Amino acid sequence: MSNSATINIPTMAELAARGEAPEILFWVGCAGSYDERYKSVTKAFVEILNKVGIRFAVLGEEETCTGDPARRAGNEFLFQMQAMANIQVLNGYGIKKIVTACPHCFNTIKNEYPDLGGEYEVLHHAEFLQQLIDAGKIKMTDGSTYQGQKITYHDSCYLGRANDIYEAPRSVLAALDAQLVEMKRCRTNGLCCGAGGAQMFKEAEPGKKEINAERADDVVASGADIVATACPFCMTMLQDGLRHNYEEKGIKVLDLAQLLNSRDKG
Amino acid sequence: MTTYVAQVIFLLLLAVAGWLLARRIRFIKAAIGLGKPEQRTDHPAARWRNMLLVAFGQRKMFKKPIPALLHLFVYVGFLLINIEVLEIIIDGLAGTHRIFAPYLGHAYTWLLNFFELLAVLVMAACVIFLIRRNIIKVPRFHKPEMRHWPYLDANLILIFEILLVLAILNMNAADQLLQARGVAHYTPTGKLLFSSFFMPPLQGLSTPVLVAMERFFWWFHIAGILAFAVYVTYSKHLHIFMAFPNTWYADLQPKGKMSNMEVVTNEVKMMLGLQPTQEAAPPPEEIGRFGAKDVTDLSWKSLMDAFTCTECGRCTAECPANLTGKKLSPRKIMMDTRDRAEELARLQLTGNGTDDPHTLLDNFISREELHACTTCNACVEACPVLINPLRIILDLRRYLVMEESSAPAEWNAMFQNIETSFNPWKFAPTDRFKWADEMKSNN
Repeated sequence: MSNSATINIPTMAELAARGEAPEILFWVGCAGSYDERYKSVTKAFVEILNKVGIRFAVLGEEETCTGDPARRAGNEFLFQMQAMANIQVLNGYGIKKIVTACPHCFNTIKNEYPDLGGEYEVLHHAEFLQQLIDAGKIKMTDGSTYQGQKITYHDSCYLGRANDIYEAPRSVLAALDAQLVEMKRCRTNGLCCGAGGAQMFKEAEPGKKEINAERADDVVASGADIVATACPFCMTMLQDGLRHNYEEKGIKVLDLAQLLNSRDKG
Repeated sequence: MTTYVAQVIFLLLLAVAGWLLARRIRFIKAAIGLGKPEQRTDHPAARWRNMLLVAFGQRKMFKKPIPALLHLFVYVGFLLINIEVLEIIIDGLAGTHRIFAPYLGHAYTWLLNFFELLAVLVMAACVIFLIRRNIIKVPRFHKPEMRHWPYLDANLILIFEILLVLAILNMNAADQLLQARGVAHYTPTGKLLFSSFFMPPLQGLSTPVLVAMERFFWWFHIAGILAFAVYVTYSKHLHIFMAFPNTWYADLQPKGKMSNMEVVTNEVKMMLGLQPTQEAAPPPEEIGRFGAKDVTDLSWKSLMDAFTCTECGRCTAECPANLTGKKLSPRKIMMDTRDRAEELARLQLTGNGTDDPHTLLDNFISREELHACTTCNACVEACPVLINPLRIILDLRRYLVMEESSAPAEWNAMFQNIETSFNPWKFAPTDRFKWADEMKSNN
């Protein structure tokens, strides 16, 4: 963190006390708050927001799990308890627009909260970063951070098939000076990392192979030096899968925000 | 006199086929009707568009271009050759022969040649399909759920279609020879290109034998079509009809959205001391179940999905759980749902509905299968006729957790963590915002 300027991370409580409203609420998500790897994604995204000068806020300790894993595991009660508590907080602050770096939070808040009285404009950070690039707010200097490197994008199921978002993450990557390569299974045919549907929180059922190992094979076959992800679970699964079978290849797993942010610094 | 007898036999044949079909359609409607009611007539424009593009236009088939092209031949052949069936039915009832020929003139020749071309393409496609299934052994046709009847069913249909097409071509070949010999009733049709190849072996036959052959193939073809129509309703091949309503009624929302359980919403609102949005719903007549244990707990659309499934296995071929050797196969979910719906509908029809030891869960679909799903929507995306196996899986999971509290231990721990720490791990809620402190102190 070489930036000399102090990082600004306002909470909604602080803004509300001053009678201010943010342009966007950054929904951090549980992985973004607690998971060591994904905290660096949160930090990279917050650094970008600071640099670009977006008036944002976070909920801080007022944020709780959206309920996605509970709902997919079958626990509708717990999901709705979580959802309603979150909606009360969000509506209490009069939130209009939410950006999150987690496709599961994104899908739940965007598609499932409206049934329970929570209606917001919801963007995944891939879409938001694309908008910033398109608007020229993130300057693409001719840094050589990724020159000569091959990057492949792993489609998150909850962004891709679940919400038809295939191009936004790719156009963010296209803004880097790297070479974009596709895996054999991509876009609508993208192979799951193995974590969705609450699988993240339990061992897989008996089988021949772990799903993330199968996906790691795809990554290696693509010849990429870096896999770009846009989901905390995909990041964990791919990193584990690659480390387990292909440690020697040194393939890096990085989020879109991390790629953009370190390019800026590069 | 003989024509008169033939006409009566023809009429009887039609009537029997019609009666069998009507009975079977009533049964299938009853079986789909076992599902729970659900309103699915919103956004009619989008629904017609889906049906037109996906069912009529075969759009999703073209993700795999080679089978798509072969399937297109069979599909177009099926749709268009059946125009000829209209003539055959009129001929059969009126005792005429090729009644359209004099009216259409040259157009008739063109039309018949076009039908013959389609017939040859259908035959070629079916032969290649048989090779793919039985010699190349495309993996998705050889999963465990495809043993025995489903395997035989698929082959029978292909062989049946080849026989029907051969009957048309042989019939036309005999017909042309009889025309050339000037036999009465055999109206000139003009030269029919493809059936001409079938003429040489027939050339040496006497006229009465040729007439008998022509008649045999004519009867074989029409009786075959009627038998096929009835057979289809018992087979996985029902998609030729069901694809149309099924795409019309398909989901219009983003695939990631799970349906909301209103019953739960009302209870949660009461627990939280919030006003239910709707006025308190009248107490349900029966105590409903949370989630699904049997086909009666699923939406009728899930049951329509099951009757639409043609067991192509594109879903299973894309399923990450199945690809890595887990028991889950989305195709099996659909086959089990159909088998169970048929079983229950039969029991209810015979009045033995109360004496039924089976349920969809456990007797057909195991918990291990349900627990293996990553909800990645690959199966939903892969289906050429917009079937949603994921919804059934999730409805069954809801039953397991909410009625039986029987989730894997790790999931129970995750539930508990969310309840007590508001995150799926065991991290303290007070640590949620620590990342911000870390960032600030690094600066």
